[in-house]
Amino acid sequence: MSAPPTARLAPEERQRLVELSLKMREGILRVVHESGSGHVGGALSQTDILSVLFTKYLRFDPGRPDWPERDRFVLSKGHGGIGFVVLLAEFGFIRAEDLTTFGQTGSSLGMHLDHRRVPGVETATGSLGHGLGVAIGMALGAKMLKLPSRSICLLSDGECYEGSTWEAALAANALELGNLCAIIDRNRLTMDGFTEEEAPLEPLADKWKAFGFRVYCCDGHDPDELCAAFESALDPSANRPAVIIASTVKGKGVDFMEDRPEWHYGSMDTEMYARAVASVRKGR
Amino acid sequence: MSKVRGFTWTVADHDLLSKIDTWGDVLVELGRQDPRIVTITADLATTTKFARFKKEFPDRSINVGIAEQNLMAVAAGLAAMGFVPIVCSYASFAILRAAEFVRTDIAYAGRNVKIIGTLAGVAFGQGGPTHHSIEDLALMRAIPGMTILVPSDGAEMAEALRAAILHEGPVYIRYGRGTEPPSRPDEPFVIGKVSVLRDGSDATVFACGSVVHEAVGAAQRAASQGLLNARVIAVSTLKPIDENAILAAIRETRRIVTVEDHNVIGGLGSAIESVIARAGIGCALKKLGHQDRFLCTGVPEDLMHLGGFDEDAIFSALCELRNIPPPVDDDWSDDG
Repeated sequence: MSAPPTARLAPEERQRLVELSLKMREGILRVVHESGSGHVGGALSQTDILSVLFTKYLRFDPGRPDWPERDRFVLSKGHGGIGFVVLLAEFGFIRAEDLTTFGQTGSSLGMHLDHRRVPGVETATGSLGHGLGVAIGMALGAKMLKLPSRSICLLSDGECYEGSTWEAALAANALELGNLCAIIDRNRLTMDGFTEEEAPLEPLADKWKAFGFRVYCCDGHDPDELCAAFESALDPSANRPAVIIASTVKGKGVDFMEDRPEWHYGSMDTEMYARAVASVRKGR
Repeated sequence: MSKVRGFTWTVADHDLLSKIDTWGDVLVELGRQDPRIVTITADLATTTKFARFKKEFPDRSINVGIAEQNLMAVAAGLAAMGFVPIVCSYASFAILRAAEFVRTDIAYAGRNVKIIGTLAGVAFGQGGPTHHSIEDLALMRAIPGMTILVPSDGAEMAEALRAAILHEGPVYIRYGRGTEPPSRPDEPFVIGKVSVLRDGSDATVFACGSVVHEAVGAAQRAASQGLLNARVIAVSTLKPIDENAILAAIRETRRIVTVEDHNVIGGLGSAIESVIARAGIGCALKKLGHQDRFLCTGVPEDLMHLGGFDEDAIFSALCELRNIPPPVDDDWSDDG
């Protein structure tokens, strides 16, 4: 397990990543507000992970979402969809104006995304504990086809309660998938409360290590630490899968949402929305 | 003729044992033609005829361990990369254990995965009800976009597999033991088409899977005793169902028996019932199969008798129907 790395990003690059995250957080709040409600807490906790991943590490081409050599990003925590669509708009997979249709009848964009309707989405998720297994199939397929593609799968910590996640972990190790990287958005909260009060997941890093994964722990809101974790996890010479356990705060950036289980899913009136946006902007 | 009673099979004819392996050979043959074909199993490669494929294509043979949910998820991921994964496990585990993964990762996701559920129904009789699979057809029928094939013997299984691989989209192939005497005519397997195995105008027996040859036997017995002449139709594609052919048989015979090694709720009987109801045709119907109860541990043949879906039970149902006059439904417009 890695020690926290020293800062390696140039200040300007770091600032760009921070700005991107803030912009995405504002976008998430806007979509939640306009669509009426959404999984706001987990969308805000995953934002920095996705900013760093998509800006610096993931290989993709928004103009060719089916480019065979792309990396496959699987959002196993399907309820993070409202955060993912904001990112997809930011990187040009979808049009920003389409976000106004989020969750509306007939829109391609909604709570849990479908790869057949949204470019940039690799598989339909929503039910927890599915994504890692699908990502394994993709990583294995890439190896069999001798493609350079990697599978990168973002899980919620709540998914570590699903038996299927551990079925997948066993297989990833057995199949020696060095091109597989799981990331756990460890915001410590599920819908009902704190994981450690409900049914403890800790010691989580030890569990993944015992399942044969290379484990990298980091602050999931610190771009430097995230970069260091990704650089180790995505080591092209690895023959074992990796997991990044990113410590995050559910509702990150909005003072009245942070660490509050009731903001797993919620809606905001206009006044609350203004307060939330102001809180995010204060983070600059 | 000596009877061999084994752990998972009882066969009256030693030659039939060879038929259970046919689909394993066909898989190897198809694997040579199509490099996209990969096999995935959850620790059942040996007992599910994947062994020969693995011998020839070790790099295209995956074992994920005893983990059926992950089995389906990994297959979906491989299909997303352009492979044609053939997944095989016992029907009771492949479907009941992993149903949501089949639904979400394969069917909803539109992945080109072929799922083979072996030892369906009471084919693994001595495994007891934990290893009987009497609900899988009901589950799979309810999943949008799922094609369901129910071959009736080892030879047909091989042809069904061939057809499934040529078909683009998710397919569930439900298989028993493959030791049944072949009853299907020697013709290519066409998805969505029934096979008329025996002609007759007094009644129709619709059957699928391992009980098809029981239905043929019962119909022959009834005819040879001069009781009635029953048509026997193998419904080897349960979904999409061959509604036109089934409707024609219902119109022409009006006395209907359905027989399956599955619960009468949700399987073939329910599917035929729906066709009858949609058509608004009056007919007499007997649904044979598991009568919504769990059976017990036992040899498959004994359990089929106990459950009331073997040749004797089908014969009895035909005799009972013989005493029922063909329904007349003058109030209904059913002339086609």
